[in-house]
Amino acid sequence: MSAIGIDDIEGLLGVAQYEEVGEFPVEQGYVWTTCSSVENGNPLFWDPEVAEEVTGGPIAPPTMVSVWFRPHHWAPNRSTPGLPLQIHFDLKEGLGLPEAVMSDNTIVFYEPVRPGDLLRTSQILKSVSDEKTTKLGTGRFWVIDVEYHNQRGDLVAVESYTGFGYRRAGTEEAS
Amino acid sequence: MTTPTLLQGQVTAGEALPELAYPVTATTVVLGALAARDWRPMHHDKEFAVTRNGTRDIFLNTPNLASWFERYITDWTGPFGRLQRVTFRMKGSIFPGDTMVFRGVVADTGVDDTGCGWAALEITVSVDGDTKTSCTARVALPVSDGDNPWSRAGDRWVP
Repeated sequence: MSAIGIDDIEGLLGVAQYEEVGEFPVEQGYVWTTCSSVENGNPLFWDPEVAEEVTGGPIAPPTMVSVWFRPHHWAPNRSTPGLPLQIHFDLKEGLGLPEAVMSDNTIVFYEPVRPGDLLRTSQILKSVSDEKTTKLGTGRFWVIDVEYHNQRGDLVAVESYTGFGYRRAGTEEAS
Repeated sequence: MTTPTLLQGQVTAGEALPELAYPVTATTVVLGALAARDWRPMHHDKEFAVTRNGTRDIFLNTPNLASWFERYITDWTGPFGRLQRVTFRMKGSIFPGDTMVFRGVVADTGVDDTGCGWAALEITVSVDGDTKTSCTARVALPVSDGDNPWSRAGDRWVP
């Protein structure tokens, strides 16, 4: 994990980085908390008989795929909070862009994710734009792909994020 | 016995999905962020959101918005609906006090080379008529009462 400067970008495009295994297996409690947060009453997630009939047992909502590799905010022997999507933060640091937002997000779904699965991810930098100015400030857009596999090696999802790292108008570039 | 509530052949391009309106509170934003394990302060700390992000309040996070879109789609399809892909474009943030309104329309429908039925959807979530996020999605649907998109894998699942 290190800052990605402008000269590093070309060599990193298309390279799988930050291969990591989730810190905990997919679990039912987070499935219910997420369904509760959006009032999702799909019986696949609440009725074990329906889940057995339709999906061969419980599954997690497909759109939760990124949840399973977001690190704990604190953990023993870790001095700083863990960051999801590390490439995004390395780009912010290396390009001197203190603020960032996500603008686009695409997820393609493959094998269902089930409670007990332990997912593995890797992050791939796809592109970084020239400097652009938007109403937020001046900065760069970047596209990051995240691939997710389960413990059997099955591809479960590919997620693609477009981020915009920027300096707010009137602020100096970070050193 | 669970049976499909919506078959691919029952869907036509141009058809509207039922509208969903939801009043967003600070609890909606914080619960959604924590459910998604998103600890970043702009989703729970108003002062941070205002001074660092330049927004007027905390705002819904992207992974939780994905969960909202999934709920909206599967409310319509029932449990046999299986998401193939979703794409979101965030244009503006959704804050406590906003009533977000989901609207969707079927853009296209068909059956792929493997025999899997699908519907392509165009969905927006808006506040006071202003679109905050647009979404395109493709969801697999059964082509008959005996069909189940969730039984597909490998070469028979081409999302």
